[in-house]
Amino acid sequence: MASITMKDLVKAYGNVEVLHHVAGEIEDGELIVIVGPSGCGKSTLLRMIAGLETITSGDVKIGDKIVNDLEPAERDIAMVFQNYALYPHMSVRENMAYGLKIRKIAKDEIEQRVQEAADILEIREYLDRKPRQLSGGQRQRVAMGRAIVRNPQVFLFDEPLSNLDAKLRVQMRLEIRKLQQRLGVTSIYVTHDQVEAMTLGDRLMVLNGGYVEQFGTPIELYNRPATLFVAGFIGSPSMNFLPATADSGILKFGKAASIPSANHAAGAVTLGIRPEHLVHDDAGPIKITVQMSEHLGANTLIHGVLEGTDTDFVASMLGHVTADPGSTMSFSALTENLHIFDAASGKRIEG
Amino acid sequence: MIENRPVLNIASHAVLIIGIVIVALPIWITFVAATHDPVRMTQAPIPMLPGGHFWENFTQTLFGGGLSGTESAPVWRMLLNSLMMALMISFGKIAISLLSAFAIVYFKFPFRMGFFWLIFITLMLPVEVRILPTFEVVADLGMLNSYWGLSIPLIASATATFMFRQVFLTIPDEMLESARIDGAGPLRFFWDILIPLSRTNIAALFVILFIYGWNQYLWPLLITTETDMTTIVMSIKQMLEAAEQSPQWNIIMMTALLAMIPPVFVVVAMQRLFVQGLTETDK
Ligand SMILES: Nc1ncnc2c1ncn2[C@@H]1O[C@H](COP(=O)(O)OP(=O)(O)OP(=O)(O)O)[C@@H](O)[C@H]1O
Ligand SMILES: [Mg+2]
Repeated sequence: MASITMKDLVKAYGNVEVLHHVAGEIEDGELIVIVGPSGCGKSTLLRMIAGLETITSGDVKIGDKIVNDLEPAERDIAMVFQNYALYPHMSVRENMAYGLKIRKIAKDEIEQRVQEAADILEIREYLDRKPRQLSGGQRQRVAMGRAIVRNPQVFLFDEPLSNLDAKLRVQMRLEIRKLQQRLGVTSIYVTHDQVEAMTLGDRLMVLNGGYVEQFGTPIELYNRPATLFVAGFIGSPSMNFLPATADSGILKFGKAASIPSANHAAGAVTLGIRPEHLVHDDAGPIKITVQMSEHLGANTLIHGVLEGTDTDFVASMLGHVTADPGSTMSFSALTENLHIFDAASGKRIEG
Repeated sequence: MIENRPVLNIASHAVLIIGIVIVALPIWITFVAATHDPVRMTQAPIPMLPGGHFWENFTQTLFGGGLSGTESAPVWRMLLNSLMMALMISFGKIAISLLSAFAIVYFKFPFRMGFFWLIFITLMLPVEVRILPTFEVVADLGMLNSYWGLSIPLIASATATFMFRQVFLTIPDEMLESARIDGAGPLRFFWDILIPLSRTNIAALFVILFIYGWNQYLWPLLITTETDMTTIVMSIKQMLEAAEQSPQWNIIMMTALLAMIPPVFVVVAMQRLFVQGLTETDK
């Protein structure tokens, strides 16, 4: 078991820098999720830690050892790939045993470890099959089995569930979490799915365009997003943003609407309110012209624009709420649920 | 195209049968000729049914001096020479092109693409084009009348290198990365993963190359002067011209028949892999 330290990591292809001074510490036994939109550099960062991608500058430490110049096999890691990358010509058993065989571990110990992993993952009856004779979910398990038998210091996952259907994804997500907790192995998990990130991670690292936007627990990210990007990325449906002007505790927005806030910000800001934090209130300051509503059963999403403007707005109401298109609805929100960001930099402005 | 009309069925069978008859007729005549005595084969009309001299012709051809009245090597010797040449060419070609494709696909070295194109250009230089300089080189190396001389000049192969390069390019990068994480070095990766994954392609190529090697005519004709080193394909031609007498068709046809057996055997034995290698795309 080991901690991982990323110090000032930079990755450049030619003179295009795709990761900019990424830093962060991962504690022993923690599961960290790296999340962000496509192309933000998640895989690149993971592969730098794995040793599959060279490090342009900065350091990666596993335990107290700088591993920049070590081959992947010497870093004591195991990786699960998106397309599983099982060796098609080897049986499940051989796939799992291959790495151990190369390390010249005794035959009966290999067999024992393979059996143990197969038990944990419930793939015992497939041990003699070839990968092509397995379903996607079973292949996924084998790929994890291959990681487990190696008994590594670190697990690395690169979007391991994105080839599975939605239901299986939820199930495997839980299993990965349980497995990781049971084995207590430090893990890094890459995904672009924010729900997966929120449910799985002890902490989340949100990447955007090669920059770390925020690194914290799911609740921190939800309650106190550090930037507009994080605010919009975490939570579904995503946060509403309104251009506003702050003046001595009053936020003015839309067509002559205003709401009090406990924030000291002044000047042009962006006001963020999560759809689920809006309260239907006929005297509320936030007036919406309804365009349509979506009924999801447990709740209703009301889509519209801020009255008199063309700023899109979504409100999430519990239960079944009827709202006619074209009508006006008013909402209020608790002061503590207002997020205020600098209009220019997008950075959060704290109370 | 799946249709199920009886008329169409009969028609397509008829076409296939006519095709087979046309292709098989010369082979049948070869077989028939190899079963008669020499005199019968010179009389018109030539027989269409087998005669009773098969074993006699067989032993005389395979173990005797072949044609009577000439001093050629027995046919088993020629078969052996041809087999050695064909095997050395096909194994040599496969080994060398596997390695060069491996280098070109998986290693970054200076002028990598330069080397690739150099290999590619040799496509334009088959043996026939470079035959004189190649002969000179082989002669200077003292390889005339040897298996090395017969096979080495034919071994370098751009086609096979190119084919293996394409095969390797279809193998996902993750396979290599997975192997690196498992701790496999380059050679291990080559042996444990690349070779098994290219198995069917290797088999398909082996069939093609074996036949290519077996059918070599011009090159063996040039560099073998001792009768002990002659190959079977070149000898058949020589038998026709041998002696001033009329051709001994029974012996010549028996030789031709024997010359067909190894390639047929290779094709039949490797058929399944061969078809897979040419058609299968998913890895
Ligand atoms: N070999 C390369 N040469 C140049 N640029 C590259 C190379 N590999 C990746 N990139 C760039 O690096 C950036 C990050 O790529 P990366 O694969 O890490 O994205 P990602 O966050 O994993 O995206 P996804 O969710 O789509 O997998 C991308 O903009 C990509 O274009
Ligand atoms: Mg990726």
